[in-house]
Amino acid sequence: MREIHVDTVVNAVEKLCMQANYRLCEDIYCALESACENEQSELGREILRQLKGNADLARQKQMAICQDTGMAVFFIELGQEVRIVGGSLTEAINEGVRRGYKNGYLRNSVVGDPIERINTGDNTPAVIHYEIVEGDRLKISFAPKGFGSENMSALKMLKPSDGLGGVKKFVLETVEKAGPNPCPPVVVGVGIGGTMEKAAILAKKALLRPIGTTVGNRPRYVAELEKELLETINKTGIGPAGLGGTTTALGVNIEVFPTHIAGLPVAVNISCHATRHGETVL
Amino acid sequence: MIHYIETPLTTEKVRQIKAGDRVVINGIVYTARDAAHKKMAELIERGEQLPFDISGQIIYYVGPCPARPGEVIGSAGPTTSGRMDAYAPKLIELGLKGMVGKGLRSEDVIKSMKKYGAVYLGAIGGAGALIARSVIKQEMVAFPELGPEAIRKLTVKDFLTIAIIDASGNNLYETGPARYRRL
Repeated sequence: MREIHVDTVVNAVEKLCMQANYRLCEDIYCALESACENEQSELGREILRQLKGNADLARQKQMAICQDTGMAVFFIELGQEVRIVGGSLTEAINEGVRRGYKNGYLRNSVVGDPIERINTGDNTPAVIHYEIVEGDRLKISFAPKGFGSENMSALKMLKPSDGLGGVKKFVLETVEKAGPNPCPPVVVGVGIGGTMEKAAILAKKALLRPIGTTVGNRPRYVAELEKELLETINKTGIGPAGLGGTTTALGVNIEVFPTHIAGLPVAVNISCHATRHGETVL
Repeated sequence: MIHYIETPLTTEKVRQIKAGDRVVINGIVYTARDAAHKKMAELIERGEQLPFDISGQIIYYVGPCPARPGEVIGSAGPTTSGRMDAYAPKLIELGLKGMVGKGLRSEDVIKSMKKYGAVYLGAIGGAGALIARSVIKQEMVAFPELGPEAIRKLTVKDFLTIAIIDASGNNLYETGPARYRRL
């Protein structure tokens, strides 16, 4: 068994929290750059240039790209040959968040109870998805998720007879209903299949994949669906900041999973133009 | 059309601003978001005074990041305004003249804006680092226990916004996207 000390995890998470919030991911930055050229609305181009300038400034000054530094979401892949020593892995991740948000001058955006709503003061607890995998590595993927876009996300249990057409309709409906609220141009994560919670997790996970990239052995229709949905969403007219234009989404990422004979769950997780993620392997 | 405005705003000035106009704010704006609005609504219900004189003022819907040492403020972009829709009509009735945020507003808010003369200005969502440069001073006004949700008095210099919904109810979120819709 390979041993990993919790202190290593705390340090790694602290760094990830800061880096992800200061540095816009390369894929999103490049997408903004090309959108600056292709956007048809003059105001839209001006807004896109500002967003790019904002990302540049945040990186230079080591400040948050967006003040909504999010709820801290983690996808952890823990190799089954790894033994965590020195304490609890979950507590180590939360301690890393605590330090990263405090030392990085990031906003504390978490309330301890959804009804009583008292700020926890340190942006914990994080939302952590664990997966046990083969090997002796610990992979930590981090995605701070702002709620301007999270609030516009949706899930629907479609009927199998709704098919691909039903999926397209639901994704488009969700983006149109969101309008200017999620800070377009958005990135759209879609989870299709599984169960209710599996679809939601797939949609979130889809947002961690750099836009314009593919993964593994996917059914052929998935890449085509991503392309078609992106084109359709960019015809809604919503545009940068929702003020009108031809750049409403920068990317659509879809994840699929086997499902039940009776169901077709679809989850749409919308993310803003400041879609942030980072990962590290220990 | 570009308007240069400073608070306190008059109804007459507000009615000159049309959806789509650029609006440059200089001077004072007050920050408030979900929790602060709830507290203000409770004060109003109990017949108590608000923490600041709201007449002619602008509320900026923002919960900023903490400032690094030597800086005035951290990242400070707008939050989604719709969550304040339940509280905004009462504040507009009490004299609030401007709201800065991003995202859709309810019919009730727009009705109050038309009736009393108020304008909804959009700042660019997610441009928090850029917008922070327009803030030259911040002071705590009320509810410091709310952390990022406390009411702060910000002094801004050349804070660039776009009029989204004017006091006649014209709405850039409707007219802007309609020009580019191809479905």
